[in-house]
Amino acid sequence: MLLPDLVKLTSSSFLSYRMRSFLTGLGIAIGITAVILLTSIGEGLHQFVLAEFSQFGTNIITVQPGKTQTQGGNVGILGSVRALSLDDADALRRLPYIEHVNVSVAGNAEVKANGRMRRTMVLGEGREFAGAFTMKVQSGTFWPDEDNEQARALVVLGAKVSQELYPGQNPLGSYLRVGGQRFRVIGVMEPKGQILGMDLDDTVFIPAARAMELFNRPGLMELQASYRTSVSADVVIRAIKESLIARHGREDFTVISQEQALDVLSSVLDVLTFAVGALGGISLLVGAVGILTIMTMAVTERTAEIGLLRALGAQQRQVMTLFLGEAMLLSALGGLAGLGLGVGIAQGLHLLFPALPVHTPWLFAVLAELTAIGIGLASGVAPAIRAARLDPVEALRTE
Amino acid sequence: MIALSQVSRSFTVGDQEVSALRGIDLDIAAGDYVSIMGPSGSGKSTLLNLIGLLDRPSSGTYKLDGGDVTALDDVQQARVRSEKIGFVFQSFHLVPRLTAAMNIELPMILAGIPPEERKERVAKLIENYGLKDRADHRPDQLSGGQRQRVAIARATSMNPAVLLADEPTGNLDQTTGREVMALLEQLVEQKVTLILVTHDPMLGGRAHRQIQMVDGAIISDNGKKT
Repeated sequence: MLLPDLVKLTSSSFLSYRMRSFLTGLGIAIGITAVILLTSIGEGLHQFVLAEFSQFGTNIITVQPGKTQTQGGNVGILGSVRALSLDDADALRRLPYIEHVNVSVAGNAEVKANGRMRRTMVLGEGREFAGAFTMKVQSGTFWPDEDNEQARALVVLGAKVSQELYPGQNPLGSYLRVGGQRFRVIGVMEPKGQILGMDLDDTVFIPAARAMELFNRPGLMELQASYRTSVSADVVIRAIKESLIARHGREDFTVISQEQALDVLSSVLDVLTFAVGALGGISLLVGAVGILTIMTMAVTERTAEIGLLRALGAQQRQVMTLFLGEAMLLSALGGLAGLGLGVGIAQGLHLLFPALPVHTPWLFAVLAELTAIGIGLASGVAPAIRAARLDPVEALRTE
Repeated sequence: MIALSQVSRSFTVGDQEVSALRGIDLDIAAGDYVSIMGPSGSGKSTLLNLIGLLDRPSSGTYKLDGGDVTALDDVQQARVRSEKIGFVFQSFHLVPRLTAAMNIELPMILAGIPPEERKERVAKLIENYGLKDRADHRPDQLSGGQRQRVAIARATSMNPAVLLADEPTGNLDQTTGREVMALLEQLVEQKVTLILVTHDPMLGGRAHRQIQMVDGAIISDNGKKT
């Protein structure tokens, strides 16, 4: 039997039982719709979260003071931890593969200028902050390369702070007070938006040494090192650890690689996507039962026809192929309809609620369609085998 | 061409063994026109199904064209049915959702004959059996006589050597029955071996050779000596 004939013969039975075939196909279509819709939302969420975490770039390694122990506590509590200093940062800068090293100290302070006052986040950063975090200065510049100990009182404003304190004015060159100290404005950042609840636009940036002094802190809160993307994170981490252990005498710090953190996060989100997909899969199972039912009925109804086909020279295998083909075609068409519906609804939801991230990877669509065909095959096997094994004489006698 | 020797066929009904055929010896020459007659339950349909390879004998051998076909597997038997045997049934057995033309085409589709050749042969058969304006109709739009003509066209589409007809006029009125018999007898003139099963002695009497069966055995056969 030739393939086009197989398709023609199997589709002829759909056309004669239109309503029934439609409803059976619908069962599969709903299942595939559920799977596609849920995984689209899951995958959209996945990408959204990853993008939030990786917008500063993924080639960043963070060093924090204090070593996290398996007991869960941080030795910093015992007071035996040595703070990370600006000299530590300088040491890291000399390591191979390191591109930028940024230091940071964070706090809150009142910012006054132009007769206006605002309480904002103050980030004490190194001069390489913008480079390490792929942030851009809109106007002006970050502070120039200078000795950490001699840091001048310069400030770069977040977009929102600039807008609030200097509405419609150019703040460059003017002076403003941060926690009572006078700073000269040398730059304004491009708007960046909120990141995990932190508004980087409602922030002012001052040199880290100045921030340590302002907040009276003995050391840095964090060190961030960006490295060349051509090197693996492990190599850089090892170099950083060796260098800092040599300086501190022991490992009293914690090194976190963005890449590793993202890997863990990504695998967690993968499980989430898989889980919602599996939920949708339950409705696919119901669709499979529908196909099984309809094919079992078809074999019973068409017993005489099966006998006839055998009399006309059909082999058992051909009879089986015909019924399997019917089940598969039914589920494949249902699957295609489900794909269209699922993607359509997902995109529709995205249009209605733009905040809801939605993404349907091609791989999912192909896998869903293959699953549908596989389900047709699986639920068609038993009825098809029964059809093939019918005794032709008995079958012909049925009316 | 058909040679049965000591062929028996028994069925198990409940826990009882029922013999449908007992020790049948039968030789049918190529191009012969044979009728098998007998009351219902005499085993004539079972014999026809055996000859058509739809059934296997419980014992005995069946040689078709000199080769033993009892030992063939499903695939080989299907091929023999496809190439050598045509069936015509009392209840026509047309596939209701296919057009007359598609029904005629069915054996050729199963045999995997290329579409161009099929189209040609179907067109010829439709022409020969006077179904030209009915080709695109479905069976339920055809009269009984037209349905049986479609069935005969289908049975002959693979040019079989043997045509097996089980009460081909049983569901037809007398006039159309006669027309259908005329078509079948035309095939005999074209050297097709026709085996006709009927309980009607009038119909059976038209055959060149008549076989009477009772209780699974042949009780008379006017062509045995040949």
